[in-house]
Amino acid sequence: MNNMPNFEQANTMTESKISANKVQVYYGDTHAIKDVDIEIQPRSVTAFIGPSGCGKSTFLRTLNRMNDTIDICRVEGSIKIDGEDIYDPKVDPVQLRAKVGMVFQKPNPFPKSIYDNIAYGPRIHGLARNKAELDEIVASSLQKAGLWEEVKNRLDEPGTGMSGGQQQRLCIARAIAVSPEVILMDEPCSALDPIATAKVEELIDELRENFTIVIVTHSMQQAARVSQRTAFFHLGILVEEGLTEDIFTNPKDKRTQDYITGRFG
Amino acid sequence: MSEHTVSAYDEELTAMAGRIAEMGGLAEKAFADAVSALVSQDLELARATIKSDERLDALYHDVEAKLIELIVRRQPMGQDLREITAATRIANDLERVGDLAKNVAKRVIAIDSDLKSKKLAIGVEHMTELALSQLKQVLDAYARKDAEAARRVQEADAEVDAIYTSIFRELLTYMMEDPRVITQCVHLLFCAKNIERIGDHATNIAENVYYMVTGERLPEDRAKVDETGAV
Amino acid sequence: MTDTTLTPPPGNANAPAPRRIRSILELDPLTKRRNAAEARFKLYGIVAISIGLFFLVALLWAILSNGLGAFSQTFIKVDVPLIQSQIDDAEKSVVKTSKYRAIIDEAFAKELAGVNIATDMSDKDLQKLFSSGAAATVRDFALANPDRIGTTVTFDLIASSRVDGYLKGRVEREDLAEDKNLDAAHLDLADQMAEAGILEKRFNWSFITGTDASDSRPEQAGIGASMIGSLFMMLVVLFLSLPIGVAASIYLEEFAPQNKFTDLIEVNISNLAAVPSIVFGILGLAVFIQFMHLPQSAPLVGGLVLTLMTLPTIIISTRASLKAVPPSIRDAALGVGASKMQSIFHHVLPLAMPGILTGTIIGLAQALGETAPLLLIGMVGFIASNFPDGVAAGFFAPNSAMPAQIYEWAKRADPAFYERAWGGIIVLLVFLMTMNIIAIILRRRFERRW
Repeated sequence: MNNMPNFEQANTMTESKISANKVQVYYGDTHAIKDVDIEIQPRSVTAFIGPSGCGKSTFLRTLNRMNDTIDICRVEGSIKIDGEDIYDPKVDPVQLRAKVGMVFQKPNPFPKSIYDNIAYGPRIHGLARNKAELDEIVASSLQKAGLWEEVKNRLDEPGTGMSGGQQQRLCIARAIAVSPEVILMDEPCSALDPIATAKVEELIDELRENFTIVIVTHSMQQAARVSQRTAFFHLGILVEEGLTEDIFTNPKDKRTQDYITGRFG
Repeated sequence: MSEHTVSAYDEELTAMAGRIAEMGGLAEKAFADAVSALVSQDLELARATIKSDERLDALYHDVEAKLIELIVRRQPMGQDLREITAATRIANDLERVGDLAKNVAKRVIAIDSDLKSKKLAIGVEHMTELALSQLKQVLDAYARKDAEAARRVQEADAEVDAIYTSIFRELLTYMMEDPRVITQCVHLLFCAKNIERIGDHATNIAENVYYMVTGERLPEDRAKVDETGAV
Repeated sequence: MTDTTLTPPPGNANAPAPRRIRSILELDPLTKRRNAAEARFKLYGIVAISIGLFFLVALLWAILSNGLGAFSQTFIKVDVPLIQSQIDDAEKSVVKTSKYRAIIDEAFAKELAGVNIATDMSDKDLQKLFSSGAAATVRDFALANPDRIGTTVTFDLIASSRVDGYLKGRVEREDLAEDKNLDAAHLDLADQMAEAGILEKRFNWSFITGTDASDSRPEQAGIGASMIGSLFMMLVVLFLSLPIGVAASIYLEEFAPQNKFTDLIEVNISNLAAVPSIVFGILGLAVFIQFMHLPQSAPLVGGLVLTLMTLPTIIISTRASLKAVPPSIRDAALGVGASKMQSIFHHVLPLAMPGILTGTIIGLAQALGETAPLLLIGMVGFIASNFPDGVAAGFFAPNSAMPAQIYEWAKRADPAFYERAWGGIIVLLVFLMTMNIIAIILRRRFERRW
């Protein structure tokens, strides 16, 4: 668990970055997510845990409106980022996704060069006025992702030619390059070996100084290592949410207790 | 509590609880035997008690090793985590109880004569009964995972402390009266102290059991009636 | 290792049946049967491939043996003095070419004498050795190069198709028994001329570049004009069907909602691919010629009809390529904040390009070889005798296509035309192979490894 010195407790008193109220998600007639209320704190890592099919990934995807790509998916309730409702008709999901980035389970770099992978986002959002600025953005993103030393001499090589762990860090760099405020991660380490996983976790720890991170994970040990707050989902309901050490040493709900101790099913 | 999906985990936890119980039984017996040897000046019993401490130590090392294995293999969370960390501490306390009992038995051999006053003997026996009962109850509370029973054990420690204080005073008077009995009395004093320590260990175990079951600490400000500092 | 048996303890009714322990070095009957079946299956495969290969070889042999002859032509070398007065005379007369023939005859007779070939044939008979178009050749030259008049020019005049056939082994002396043009004496003369070096076979460029010729002059027939016709048609097909097909596929794949209407469209597109091509011809006649009054037999109309025919093929293959792009790429693009359009054009389409190109080339190749749809819009019946002048004329002036030309030639009785039909097939196949090679090159260039 992260050793949180006591003064960080005060963080939970500041304004939440993401505020979800009575969120419902329907797939056609199926009520997939029921009545979720949660506050995500800024500049910290929040972990979503729960058994398969409990809706944690679905809920994660509502935070950047990725569910819009699925026709039969309907979202009700309010989700506010910085006080603004992201499902307001005036909001363009494309612009939202520049503010709320996403890293997926299977590393998916574009089949282009490493440079182009990182530069794509800034290009389409007009974040750089000339090549020099673009180079700067690419370099700093790769540095923040801890990948710069490894690839600085081969920026022209295809992004797909790296190991799984490097590809995932490339995807994280790509997400950072558009300067988002929130980064959503959907089981980012499940396809990686322990060393690559450790590097990504180290990266997450460094990133939380500047970004709000929400991570969905199957591994409770990872949630315990990486997050400050944890939310346990089960059958589409948010069962319990709180400080990570509380959830993992003394959870209040029996369902949470059963899940974390392996007494489920 | 429902069972773990991986049944071997449950088996290991049960085995661990069994070993702790075994240690508890050995500690109780050593304690009772040591005091009995003290009161009746039974040197044979005293020697046997000293010997039996070896077994308790061996068991303690075994328990320690198994607990570390459990942590490595199962990465325990929540209740299981508290159970395992509590078990480590309880085993430690029980081993100390065994050592204290052995200490008493050693002093029996050193005293090697009758106890001076009947009152003293009764006092010591009474304190022992209380401490033993504390020990039994707390081990029972551990086996049944009963937080309330553990809390009651903690509260009962006051009485043991009170008796110790009175024995302390009595021994002091004897020593002031007759310098020839100072050696015997000092040994007796240490024995009484050891018995009082056993009571404290039982209280420790009670606090650990309470934490194991509820995840919270018992209030620290329990009544400490050891006023020997003020004598 | 020998077979050993485990015997159960006696009196134990619940013991498992004894298991024989076999050596893995011995094949059991099940494995042997399976291996035999698989070997037989492989044999069937080989036989099937051999049959296919056999027919392929037979096809190639037939084409090459019949068609290569069209690429060579017999020429007769004659030194013709261009005398101004003779030419002026010829221009004044009504049937100009007969005068030019006389000029040629004179020159030829002199030449024969010059190489010591004695003959007692009349000039008229000698004329028959030449193609009937030889006079026109001389005339065209004289008119185009007035500065050469007054000199003697060496012409390579095309020999008649009978002589040509004789030299290629197509025509035997017996065949000429009934022929009214030539007879055995001509052939003997031809042999002598060949020996003297004034009669020879050379590569026939005008087959490839020339236009079709009338029935009486098969030796001058060429496939050039119809090649231009096919080329213009292919340009129309390419520039219309590719954008329309790709745009339709992108819409169907990425944007169309999942409802009955879309399903209906998809089913119909798949069915269109199976519609007989002549039906498109009727459609073209009704819409393009009768309703829109576009010129008949124009490559533009032919191109439009073939576009309709090729669209389903391109749409189907493009959709398959788009489907093959993994959704993770789209998700990644959306996750970085690209709009749907941006993710399609920047990421999905480039990855789908190899498949799209393949489908397009297949569609184009099919269109290139189609004759039936062109039937009703007039491109089969019409045979161009001259090249279209200018690009606009290329689209609008009546022309024909290569398959149509080949069909025409195959219809005619003269074996020289028959030979040219096979030659045309070779040219068509060369076209198709070139297109396939271009497709392979383009596909390699676009291929990415994901």
